[in-house]
Amino acid sequence: MNPGPFALFKWEAVAAEWPVFAEGLATTALVSVLALALALALGLAFGMAGASRSRVFRVPSRVYVEFFQNTPLVIQVFFLYNGLPYAGLVLPVLAVGVLGVGIYHGAYVAEIVRAGIAAVPLGQKEAAASQGFNTWQSMVHVVLPQTRKLVLPPLANQAVFLIKNTSVLAMVAGGDLMYQADSWASGNLYYGPAYVVTGLLYLALCLPLSRWVRRMEKNQAVQA
Amino acid sequence: MIGELLQVQNLWFLAQGLGVTLLISAGSLALSFVFGTVLGVLRHGGPLVAAKAAGLYVEVVRNIPNLLFILAVRFLTPLPPLVAAIVAFTIFTTAAVAEIVRGGLNSVPRGQWEAARSQGFSTVGTLIHVILPQALRNMVPPLMSQAITVIKDTSFVWVVGIEELTGKGMILMGMYATLPQVFTLFTVLALTYFLLNFGLSQWSRRWATPRHQIA
Repeated sequence: MNPGPFALFKWEAVAAEWPVFAEGLATTALVSVLALALALALGLAFGMAGASRSRVFRVPSRVYVEFFQNTPLVIQVFFLYNGLPYAGLVLPVLAVGVLGVGIYHGAYVAEIVRAGIAAVPLGQKEAAASQGFNTWQSMVHVVLPQTRKLVLPPLANQAVFLIKNTSVLAMVAGGDLMYQADSWASGNLYYGPAYVVTGLLYLALCLPLSRWVRRMEKNQAVQA
Repeated sequence: MIGELLQVQNLWFLAQGLGVTLLISAGSLALSFVFGTVLGVLRHGGPLVAAKAAGLYVEVVRNIPNLLFILAVRFLTPLPPLVAAIVAFTIFTTAAVAEIVRGGLNSVPRGQWEAARSQGFSTVGTLIHVILPQALRNMVPPLMSQAITVIKDTSFVWVVGIEELTGKGMILMGMYATLPQVFTLFTVLALTYFLLNFGLSQWSRRWATPRHQIA
């Protein structure tokens, strides 16, 4: 009889070879954290630029946001991984993951930050200026702290998307959780349990963040 | 050299890939719109068990990468590749649409329900004739950005060997492997996706202007 896709011995194989999945999980976590840091840095810079009154800042911010939001992450990552070597630049695959995912999500973070800044009443800036704050000081000490409440839920949501999108590394042999699971399963054809375990591991990473977002949104809805 | 890459035959090759990209996107978006609306409505105001089940579906699917569904449907079902891709995207996008629908329904004031019921509309009648048309207006911008996400993410299905736009591009890259050709190819691919998605987002922005909201 043909064993089913979820036969017991396949589960036992997953259990026996758990380090394959643990290694992938560690890589996914590492790339996620570094890419998130990059996305936040880029998003903050381009978001502030996008909220600026000067075109010199606004235009580059718009170009960055529109380009990266309207082209696929896969193409961007393929460019870093397959395209750049033709120009003599070979990046380690983890760097491809961090740069690709970080720059892509930075564009989304920038929009969140820009919208957050735009939501702070103009009077706050004027008040800060009247107290002698310069533009930079009023941004850092007056405007940005007030965006926190508005910006935090969509940012955390973006972090969930970012973690999921690190799976793009599986397409360039990046050693992340998805890649480890898929290459393990395509070796022995034990797809069923490998995919279920992988799904559960991603859930374990993302669900706490998602639930936190939901709680924040509920609290805000009650306050409003 | 670049002329060799951009000959009609190759552009047609890419256009066929674009066709596959659009087919997977349109097919899964249409299906997800139907299923997502049902799930969103159930989650918003269905019987408790159905609401809970819909919530569980959304919660689980939204926290797992789309790529896993692409791989799982391809390798665990006997479906032909293209159908498998559409099914995988439908599983995933249904959850996203359900969230959008729920948000749209929440944005319609309760008084609308009460007013319709007082005029003798049934629950389903209220939903279809009074609530959904108002909710739909608030749903257009997030639905459009979801459509753009789907179009972009179809490039993931190259992983299971489906030759959509990205896949066709990668095949061409194997044949035209010089620096100017490779960079031109990436420019063509990025530009195609960009024009498609940017066009869609601009169009949806116009759709959501106050003029239409009043009409």
